Amino acid sequence: MLQRIGAPSLEALWEAIPSEFRVRGSLPVDPPLAEYEIARRFAQWAESNADAQHYACFLGAGIYDHFIPAALRALLSRSEFATAYTPYQPEVSQGTLQTIFEYQSMICELTGMEVANASLYDGATACAEAAHLAVGATGRRIVLVSEGVHPHYREVVRTYAAAGSFEVRDVPLERGQTPVLALQRMLAPEVAAFLWAQPNFEGIVEDGAALTEATHAAGAYSIAVADPVALAVLKPPGKDGADIVVGEGQPLGVPMGYGGPLVGFFSVRKSDVRRLPGRLAGATVDLDGRRGFVLTLQTREQHIRRERATSNICTNQGLMALANTIHMALLGAQGMREVALQSMEKAHYLARRAAQVPGVSLANGEAPYFREFVLRLPGPAADFLRAAEKRRILAGVPLERFARARSSELLVAATEKRTCEELDRYVEVLADWARRPARAPVEEAACRS
Amino acid sequence: VPELTLRELSVKDHRGPRLLPLDVPQEGVERLLPSDRLREGAPGLPEISEPIVVRHFVNLSVLNHHIDKAIYPLGSCTMKYNPKLNDEMAQLPGLAAIHPFQSEELSQGALAVIGELHEWLKAIMGMPAITTQPAAGAQCELTAILMTRAYHAARGNPREEVIVPDSAHGTNPSTVNQVGYRVVTVPSGPDGCVDLKELRREVSGKTAALMLTNPNTLGIFEREAGEIARIVHEAGALLYLDGANLNAMVGLLSPGAMGFDFAHINLHKTFSTPHGGGGPGGGVLCVREDLEPYLPTPVLERSGDRYLWNYDRPRSIGRVHSYYGNFGMIVRALCYVKSLGAAGLAEVSREAILNANYLKARLTEAYAPSHEGYCMHEFVLSASRQKARGVRAVDIAKRILDFGMHAPTTYFPLIVDEALMIEPTETETKASLDAFAEVLLTIDRETREDPERVKRAPTETPVRRLDEARAARKLTLTWQDLEAEGGDA
Repeated sequence: MLQRIGAPSLEALWEAIPSEFRVRGSLPVDPPLAEYEIARRFAQWAESNADAQHYACFLGAGIYDHFIPAALRALLSRSEFATAYTPYQPEVSQGTLQTIFEYQSMICELTGMEVANASLYDGATACAEAAHLAVGATGRRIVLVSEGVHPHYREVVRTYAAAGSFEVRDVPLERGQTPVLALQRMLAPEVAAFLWAQPNFEGIVEDGAALTEATHAAGAYSIAVADPVALAVLKPPGKDGADIVVGEGQPLGVPMGYGGPLVGFFSVRKSDVRRLPGRLAGATVDLDGRRGFVLTLQTREQHIRRERATSNICTNQGLMALANTIHMALLGAQGMREVALQSMEKAHYLARRAAQVPGVSLANGEAPYFREFVLRLPGPAADFLRAAEKRRILAGVPLERFARARSSELLVAATEKRTCEELDRYVEVLADWARRPARAPVEEAACRS
Repeated sequence: VPELTLRELSVKDHRGPRLLPLDVPQEGVERLLPSDRLREGAPGLPEISEPIVVRHFVNLSVLNHHIDKAIYPLGSCTMKYNPKLNDEMAQLPGLAAIHPFQSEELSQGALAVIGELHEWLKAIMGMPAITTQPAAGAQCELTAILMTRAYHAARGNPREEVIVPDSAHGTNPSTVNQVGYRVVTVPSGPDGCVDLKELRREVSGKTAALMLTNPNTLGIFEREAGEIARIVHEAGALLYLDGANLNAMVGLLSPGAMGFDFAHINLHKTFSTPHGGGGPGGGVLCVREDLEPYLPTPVLERSGDRYLWNYDRPRSIGRVHSYYGNFGMIVRALCYVKSLGAAGLAEVSREAILNANYLKARLTEAYAPSHEGYCMHEFVLSASRQKARGVRAVDIAKRILDFGMHAPTTYFPLIVDEALMIEPTETETKASLDAFAEVLLTIDRETREDPERVKRAPTETPVRRLDEARAARKLTLTWQDLEAEGGDA
């Protein structure tokens, strides 16, 4: 090969590069390992984590332990999908392009919107991009955000806002719900958008129609960040009149994966299609008149429009969006509804029984909730979590993570995968602990293996 | 016959995998939620049995080109082989079925995976601090430019401009704009590198940063990188390495030694995580010591033999991802570097550079290179000679598809007429490089003997050229739109 190149040596190919830029000697890293040694090492790491096959997982807060069909995993691992790239040559990418088109269609069915893009990184960045869109569309510079939106999503929106393009103001919750009256007071003429969650971070089903009506009265965009599983049962925010509906697609066939990779969905009305961030697939015909699919409206995007693009995003989360597509295809209309209903029934069963334990109550009282709720405990939530871990239960997300004052509150989620036995065991462990809640000091939590 | 859509395959009451019957007493949705917050009926999703769903997606999948089938020489995309072991490790339940909010105590294995990858990448980059929170390369750029703003603001003046060479990827200028800086474009000189005279003219006290891709998108190493760093740093600005072309540097060149203050890595390029039809990517941002306080929250720290997330970061720009980044990609990348080790990593870039130079040498008899001389891991050809025969770069790209191979990146970088940007990667053997070269030489012959053959291409693909103008004019973006048009787009 060197002869053909006409180079005297391999090193000659980069000899023009100043020597001070070179790596000297070999890199200070380990020698290579054989496959079987790597497999052993990763198995050890895997075993030192608590996973949802060995623990009953009641953690939610945006990431849920829902059922993932085997057929999905098999299809998703196909090289044809996994090792292709962005469909720049549509004639040899119809598999990817048609699945994006089907994904867009199904997201619209769930959200009640007219156009969805090919996906964004995650729910948080979808919120940030939605705020950015609304600011651009209205020419206004304030974005109101309900405190019912995931605290991390709110942080990401603030990070994106920090560049100076808009200002973020929080709308506090009352008894777990976004208060319409307080919202109305904050809806000044400079407000570009109001971002709210359905259901919200504490599991509560918001009155989307009322929130949207108030927002529209002030001429602002109503942006909903919605749970896609809940949308199989709840009224879609699009039907409440929302202008943008975004969310996290993880519950639709994507492993929890320690929180990534995820996939953000993003849907709008047709009137805003030219403001969409990211990739978009559309149907067309080929030279012989056969149906086919292409990436379309690419003049919105960074590789064409450069500094005038609608967003700097390049890739979507292709394979995760495909997982969503296959998941919805396998479960279908009835399966999706069944998952949502069973999750909701199990969460309510658990909440009812947990709230009967002396000293334990539901923090948000009678407010309607979907598959997640906040328990108020008679002692530190962190203490109960450790007690539950010993019984192989991941009992919830302590709200102290997000607000120091809420140290006795726990966000608890149930999915269709939690069995009645696990729900009853949860209540039993809770009752045991609640009898002596302040017991301290706590021993080290038990790790598997 | 084109593959039907899921909607077209749907048959009422057909079902896929089922759940067990509910095992707790049923309350009923009407009692649990107010009726005005409920959907009317089930969502309009398809009803299809599992075998038919599987056939549908298998039939669609085989319409794709992919790296496990043949060469995929997209320039600056680094389409290398994705080792199967990586995927197997990422699917271990102890790494896949774990929740981001389980306690750190019960996540030590996951944290150790992230921590170990951090150590490898810092060594490879020659840089002291790191985050793997960004989801992709473009988000690394956003993170770094937000950090740039915070860094300068802490010194009393956020500054106004970011300089971007004209050969840069589109994400650079769009990122700059998104963070509220003005884009200043510097032209490339005749050698394809940043024109230093122009650069000196543009750099000033207003300059916040320079974003440099090195080697640049022409596949040329910016030899004056040291001088560029000096000019930028003298003005008090920061130097960003767009790591799109890092595959030319692993184990060979040190971004830290070149004076970069930020350097990003795309795990889905250099570190072999699958491209997935356009994501998920995996973003890594390495920074110099004094920029560390601005990294996104949280940062991973080690205390004895335990890892923990540090959230107490008052100068941080904040969070850029819902949780800790694309963990599944981090698992795969660590598996990749451990498989290669120090010795294997040193081979990656050497072989990528050898392959690119060999392919370039074989093709320049027929196609005009953008620049003479050796290239790094990729090179750009111009189809200017073929254009004189009435055949354009797009036609050549489409004709390549007929031979069961993928086309190079076309019409980028923008500064080369009829650009074909080719990156073979270290994955390809001499035999597969020769086969690709033969195809391009055959096509060149066709441009002389039968140019219409090339312009008609592709004819051997699942569909022929698609009407993109029609797709943009008559937006058909969902099944619903398709039905409104009678099913035929």
